[in-house]
Amino acid sequence: MDTGRLRQERIAQVRACLATVVDPELDEPVTELDFITDITLTAPGQVRIGFRLPTYWCAANFAFLMADDMRLAVSSLAWVEGVRVLLQDHMYADTINAGVARGEGFEAAFGEAAEGGLQALRRTFERKAFQRRQAALLAWLLEAGHTAQALVAMRREALAGLPLAEAGERLRARYLQRRDVAGGGALAFVDTEGGAIAAAALARHLTDTQRVDINAEFNGALCRGLLAARYPPGAGAAVPIRIVRQPAH
Amino acid sequence: MYTTASGEEIFVIDGHVHKWDGSKANQRNIHGEQFINCFYGYHTFLSPAEKLLTREQFDTYSAEQMHRDLFVHGYDDMAICQPTYLTDFYVQGFNTTEQNAVLKTQYPGRFIVNGAFDPRDEAAGLDQLDELAAKHQLQGVKLYTAEWKGASRGYKLTDPWAEKYLERCEALGIRNIHVHKGPTILPLDRDAFDVADIDAAATNFQGLNFIVEHCGLPRLDDFCWIATQETNVYGGLAVVLPFIRKKPQYFGHVISQLLMWLGPDKLLYGSDYGIWTPDWLIEDFMAYELPEALAKETGAVLDLEAKKKILGLNAARLYGVDIEAQKLRLPNAHQARPVESALAPADGAAVAA
Repeated sequence: MDTGRLRQERIAQVRACLATVVDPELDEPVTELDFITDITLTAPGQVRIGFRLPTYWCAANFAFLMADDMRLAVSSLAWVEGVRVLLQDHMYADTINAGVARGEGFEAAFGEAAEGGLQALRRTFERKAFQRRQAALLAWLLEAGHTAQALVAMRREALAGLPLAEAGERLRARYLQRRDVAGGGALAFVDTEGGAIAAAALARHLTDTQRVDINAEFNGALCRGLLAARYPPGAGAAVPIRIVRQPAH
Repeated sequence: MYTTASGEEIFVIDGHVHKWDGSKANQRNIHGEQFINCFYGYHTFLSPAEKLLTREQFDTYSAEQMHRDLFVHGYDDMAICQPTYLTDFYVQGFNTTEQNAVLKTQYPGRFIVNGAFDPRDEAAGLDQLDELAAKHQLQGVKLYTAEWKGASRGYKLTDPWAEKYLERCEALGIRNIHVHKGPTILPLDRDAFDVADIDAAATNFQGLNFIVEHCGLPRLDDFCWIATQETNVYGGLAVVLPFIRKKPQYFGHVISQLLMWLGPDKLLYGSDYGIWTPDWLIEDFMAYELPEALAKETGAVLDLEAKKKILGLNAARLYGVDIEAQKLRLPNAHQARPVESALAPADGAAVAA
């Protein structure tokens, strides 16, 4: 394989890894949010990833989470030996970039300003993602004619094997990625504590979940709008992925 | 004043305006530059294309311009100035009580000027609050819990010094505590805009009203929960309302949730001027109808009565404004903005009719 093609392929692999990293509050991939500015192979086995956020003030803990998740995701590739994640145009860019590069936790990077670890925060947002994804899938399945009784009793394998149209398939895949947030258990649909849902309570369960969804959608719209205002499309800096060509290696 | 198609006059109190100086000359550092940049991002994202300002127009503006935008081209009858000091970012402060007080002198009756305090000023700040309250007859304060101060990146209303300041507010008759709880910034864990501290403060200070500006967005669910528990918690619609033009479906979801959880007596209109202007905001809001499915699902009602409360009656109650007396005192300043195309027709055919 020639080196040009190999490089393209590896960049595509990095991009696929980054597509698994989500903004914790929005539960959307950083690639789709247009946060990634460039992917560069700087030396054999060495990857550099540039990213940016909608404002200079975006929460440092979220930025740190994303940067660290990017590093971990890309490090999982067998050929990768080192990953540099570089946040740009952010008030804590230097602190975050240095902390992630050293593989430090958030507390070590920020010292006293970080009152607690990121684990609790991560857990909160995983739970919200679980709720949103479940609500979206349940609403779709109800619309497609599945009954509340059947859904609350459905087992995981049955859900996984259900023949679904494309839109439903995508919602199912997203939900199943987060199903374990609510613990093991055989039921496909449970509350955040892993408990079964009564058929009669399903409508109420969906309404309660909706506020989480509104939050995230409102946020998503705001983030996209602010990012577009900050880096206007067509102004050069907003090209979705700029693959910086490096000498072959 | 907004006049409905049937001729009914609606008195409008804008609960959230600023007279700021974000100009280069006033910026102390990169944070000052980025702060106004961020505001400009909000402005360009949510404003209608025909209302977009240039950076120069946006960075700072005169009292005359502000009066024109709010009361002449806009529908406001009165406006409440909410200061945002940010003295770590701006040489003269971004938007101080003193700067806002100029408006009050220049346009009598139009403006209510709120003060501010920072509990990290400790004892010395309490004396300053006494002076500020006496000088400007303060009825309210605006708090920016995520304001940077030296090494500190924010405070909570439950901090011991914050409680001393709230006690002082009660003693001074400052009843309206506006707290900026908006999009996420700092500090590092969760953030200083987290709405949870409002819960404790509202319970401990029953004599005060807590107006949560921007309704805690993006944490609408947390805010609704707290506001429902506490009778003295209100929602300020600044930042929420501008979504009405470009993201009406999101606006519908948010306003229906707010109406369901807090009700129409607890919501206050605010333009957040100079980020947005009251002309299009009020026109869109008056024309807005909740989609039937949302109204049915949430039980929310956004009829003319609810709109009147949100646009003026609720703020009048909190600030003791006698609307009928004000109507006599303040002539309705509203005039339709001249239509540019009529003044400078692009081609004769367009205006020939």
